[in-house]
Amino acid sequence: MTANAVAAVMFVAITLYAVFAGADFGTGLWDLLAGGAKKGAPMRRLIDKALGPVWEANHVWLIFVFVLLWSGFPRPFATIMRELAIPFWLVGLGIVLRGSGFAFRKFAPTLQAARLAGIVFAGSSLFTPFFLGAIAGAIASGRVGAGITNEVIWLSPTSILGGILATGTCAFLAAVFLTEEAERSGNDELTEYLRKRSLIAGAVTGLISLVGIGVLASDAPTLFDGLTGRGTPEIIIAAIAGSFTMVMLAQGYTRRARFGAVVAVGAVMLGWGFAQFPWILVDNVTIADGAGHPATLTALLVAAAIATVVVVPALILLYTLVDKDQLGH
Amino acid sequence: MSSNLLFAADALLPARNQMAISLGAHIILACFGVAMPAMLFVLHRKGVNGDDAALELAKRWSKISGVLFAIGAVSGTILAFEMGLLWPGLMEQFGDVVGLAFTLEGISFFVEAIFLGIYVYGWGRLPAMTHQLLLLPMIISGMSGTFFIMSVNSWMNAPTGFEIIGGQVVNVNPWAAIFNEAVFLQYLHMLLAAYMVVSFTMVSVYALGWLRGKRDRLHRLGILVPLTFAVIATPIQPIVGHFAGQAIADRQPIKLAAIEGLADTEESVPIFLGGYFDGTEVVNGIEVPIPGLASFLAQNSFDAEVVGLNDVPVEDQPPVNIVRYSFQIMVGIGTGLAMLSTYVGYRWFRHRDTFLDNKWMLRAFIPTGLAAIVAMETGWITTEVGRQPWVVHEVLRTEDAVTNGNWVWFTLIALTVVYIAMFSAGYGVLRSMSKRWAAGETDLESPYGPARIQELVA
Ligand code: HDD
Ligand code: HEM
Ligand code: HEM
Repeated sequence: MTANAVAAVMFVAITLYAVFAGADFGTGLWDLLAGGAKKGAPMRRLIDKALGPVWEANHVWLIFVFVLLWSGFPRPFATIMRELAIPFWLVGLGIVLRGSGFAFRKFAPTLQAARLAGIVFAGSSLFTPFFLGAIAGAIASGRVGAGITNEVIWLSPTSILGGILATGTCAFLAAVFLTEEAERSGNDELTEYLRKRSLIAGAVTGLISLVGIGVLASDAPTLFDGLTGRGTPEIIIAAIAGSFTMVMLAQGYTRRARFGAVVAVGAVMLGWGFAQFPWILVDNVTIADGAGHPATLTALLVAAAIATVVVVPALILLYTLVDKDQLGH
Repeated sequence: MSSNLLFAADALLPARNQMAISLGAHIILACFGVAMPAMLFVLHRKGVNGDDAALELAKRWSKISGVLFAIGAVSGTILAFEMGLLWPGLMEQFGDVVGLAFTLEGISFFVEAIFLGIYVYGWGRLPAMTHQLLLLPMIISGMSGTFFIMSVNSWMNAPTGFEIIGGQVVNVNPWAAIFNEAVFLQYLHMLLAAYMVVSFTMVSVYALGWLRGKRDRLHRLGILVPLTFAVIATPIQPIVGHFAGQAIADRQPIKLAAIEGLADTEESVPIFLGGYFDGTEVVNGIEVPIPGLASFLAQNSFDAEVVGLNDVPVEDQPPVNIVRYSFQIMVGIGTGLAMLSTYVGYRWFRHRDTFLDNKWMLRAFIPTGLAAIVAMETGWITTEVGRQPWVVHEVLRTEDAVTNGNWVWFTLIALTVVYIAMFSAGYGVLRSMSKRWAAGETDLESPYGPARIQELVA
C-alpha cells in the first residue's frame, strides 16, 4: 500500500517534469528554426526570458523522480541503470550541454560565442527528450528486467515511438507556452508565427499518437491493455483537452490553449502510469515486489508531505511572478 | 559470470576516476550555492540601507551566481545519474537506507532553485525589502542541502540504520542512517569549507583588482564583506578538523593509520611531515620535535597506542601516500589560512583606518581562493581514498558496488572533455562579464539584444 503511494507520488513528479521541463526542452526546436542572428533575435530573447527564471526549478523534478526511484525501489532502479546506461548517459550529456549552453549564451562575449552556445543549447534540448522517451518506451514495453541480451532494448519500436512522441510533445508544449508569452510581451508578429507552429506541432504529434496505438498494440501489449482498460479515462481526457487546445489556438485564445495543453500532456502521462499499474518494470517486477524497506517508504511519504508544504507554495509563487511579468533579466 | 567479473575489474579504475572528477568539479560549484546567498544578503541589506555600491555589487554577484548555479545544477544531476550508473551495487543494496537523505536533499534543491530564479530575475521589479528577503530561504536550503548530502557521505564512513542478516539488508531505519555518528562533524567541516572557498575566492579576485588600482567602494566591499566571513570561518576549521581526526581514530583507525603512514600499531607515535611511505615506514620525512604528537592528537595522551595499517590484511588497506599527502596539504593550508585570518582580525581592530593600505596583506590574499579550494579537494581525497577498499566502511567493497558496464572508459573520457569545455567556457563568460562591467555596462545585454545586435551584425 505504501509502495503504491510512493509510486503514485513518483508518477505525479514524472508528470510535472514532463509538462514543465518538457516545455523548456521544446524551446530548442524553435530556437534552432528561428533563423539568423538578427532575424531570430526576438525569438531567442523570448526564450531567454521565458526559461531564465524557471528552468532550474523545472529541472529539479527529474532529480526528485530519481531519488524517489532509488529510495523507494532500489532494485528496479539498479536494473534500469544497468540495462539503460547508454541512453541515460546521453540524457546526462544533453542536460549538461543544455544547461550550460543556455546559461552561457545570455552573457556570451561575442555573437559567435552566443551562436555556438545557442546551437549547443538548442541541439541538446532536441535530443534529450528523445532519449528520455526511449527510456520510457523500453520500460513500458516490458523489456527492462527481462534479461534480454540479443537486442538493443532502447531502440525497440516502442522506444522509438516514445522518443519521437516525447520530442514532438515537448515542441508542442513549448510552442503553446511561447505563444502565450509572446502575446503577453506584445509582439504580434511573433505570436502569430508561434501560434501557427503550435498548430502544426499539435497536429503532427496527435497524428503520431494515433499511429502509435498500432505500435503499442503489437509491441507493448501490457501497456496497450492498460491504456484501453484502467487508463482509458485519462486517454479520453487527453484527447478532449488536446482538441480543445487546437480549437483555442485556431481562434487565438492563447491562455486557454496553454491550459488545454498542460491538461492534455498531464493526462497522457498519468494515463501511462495507470496503464502500467501494478508494474514498476512492466511484465517483470511489480511495485510491491520491487519496493524497498517499509520504513523507508513511510519516510518517503513524510518527505513528500514536506515537499508539498514547502515546495508547492514556492513554485506557485514563482509561476505567479512569471505570469505577472514581475521577473525580468 | 566470468565475463561480468572481467568487466567489473575493468570498470573499477575508470569508474573511480570518473566519480572523483565529477565530484571534485561539482563541489566547487556547490560551495557557491551554499555560501553565496549569505554574502549576497549582507550586501543587499547594505544596499537597501542606502549603499549604492553594495547594491550594485549584489546585483553583479547574483548574475555570477546565476551562471555558477546553472553549471552546479547540471553537474549535480550527473552525480545523481552516476550514483546509479557507476555504482548500481551500492544503490541496489542501500538505496533505501540512504534514500531519505537524498530525498530531503532534493527538497532543499527545489527551494534553492525556485528562490534563485526569483532572486536573480527580480532586480528592479520586486520591492527592495521583499527582494532581499528571498535570500533567506536560499541560505537555509543551502545549509540543509549540505547537511543531507553530507549525511550520505558520513553514512558511508559510519554506516548505521540497518542490519545485515543472511546477506540481506534488513531492519532499515532511514532516520538513524541520516543521523549517523559522523554526520555532525563532517557537516560542520564542509559548511565551513564552503564558506571559506567562496569568501576567499571573492577576496582573491577583488584584492587583485585593488592592487591593480581599482580602489573604489565596490572593490572595498568586494574585499571586506567576504573577508569577514572568511575570518570567522577559518580559525574554527582546524578545531573542527581536529575533532574529525579524533573521531576517525575511533571509527576508522585504518584511515588514520594511512593519514599518518603508520605500518604497525605503536605507542607514543610521532608525526612526520612530507617524506614517503615505503610500505613499512615514512622515509625522508621531517619529524615534528614533539614526541608522541600523533598519539596526543588522536587520543589526547602523548603515549597512547595508535592502530597501524597492519592491523588489517593488506587487501583491506587504503593507498597510503595519496591519503597522507592530501591530508598534509589540507592541514598545511588550513593552518596557513588560519594564521592569515588571525592577522587580518588583529589588523582590523588595530588599524582599521589604514586596513587596506597594507600591500603585503593584499598580495597574500591573492592565492587564498585557490588554496581554500585545494584544501577542500584534498580533504575529500583524504576522506574518500582513506576509506578504500570500502565504499561503505567495512560493509561493502567498492569493487562489489561498481557497474559491470563496458563503457566506463568511454564515459570517463567524454565527461572529462565536456567538463573541461564547460569550465573553460564558464571562465570565459565570467571574464567577459567582469570586463563589460569594468567598461561601464550595467545590464549586460545578450549579444542578440537590440542594443548590441546593431553593432555586431554589420
Ligand atoms: C577549506 C577547506 C578545509 C580546510 C582548511 C581543512 N579541511 Fe579538513 N576537510 C575538508 C576541508 C578542509 C573537507 C573537504 O570538507 C573534508 C572532506 C570530508 C569532510 O567531511 O570534510 C575534510 C576532511 C577532513 C578529515 C577527514 C574526515 C573523515 O574522513 O571523516 C580530517 C581528519 C580533517 N579534515 C582534518 C582537518 C584539520 C586537522 C584541518 C586543520 C587545519 C583541516 N581539516 C582543514
Ligand atoms: C559535499 C557534497 C555536496 C554539496 C555540499 C552539494 C551541494 C549542492 C548545492 C548547494 C546544490 C544546489 C546549488 C546549485 O545548483 O549549485 C547542488 C546541486 C546538486 N547536487 Fe550537489 N552537493 C554535494 C554533492 C552531491 C552529490 C554526491 C550528489 C549526487 C547524488 C549531488 C547531487 C546534486 C544535484 C542532483 C544537484 C542539482 C539540483 C538542481 O537541479 O538544482 N550533490 N549541490
Ligand atoms: C557528499 C557527497 C559524496 C558522496 C555521497 C560520495 C560518494 C562516493 C562514492 C560512491 C565513491 C565511489 C566508491 C569509492 O571509491 O569509495 C566515491 C569516490 C570518490 N570520491 Fe566521493 N562522495 C562524496 C563527496 C566527494 C567530494 C566532494 C569529492 C571531491 C573531491 C570526493 C572525492 C572522491 C574521490 C577522490 C573518490 C575516489 C576514491 C578512490 O577510488 O580511491 N567525494 N565517492
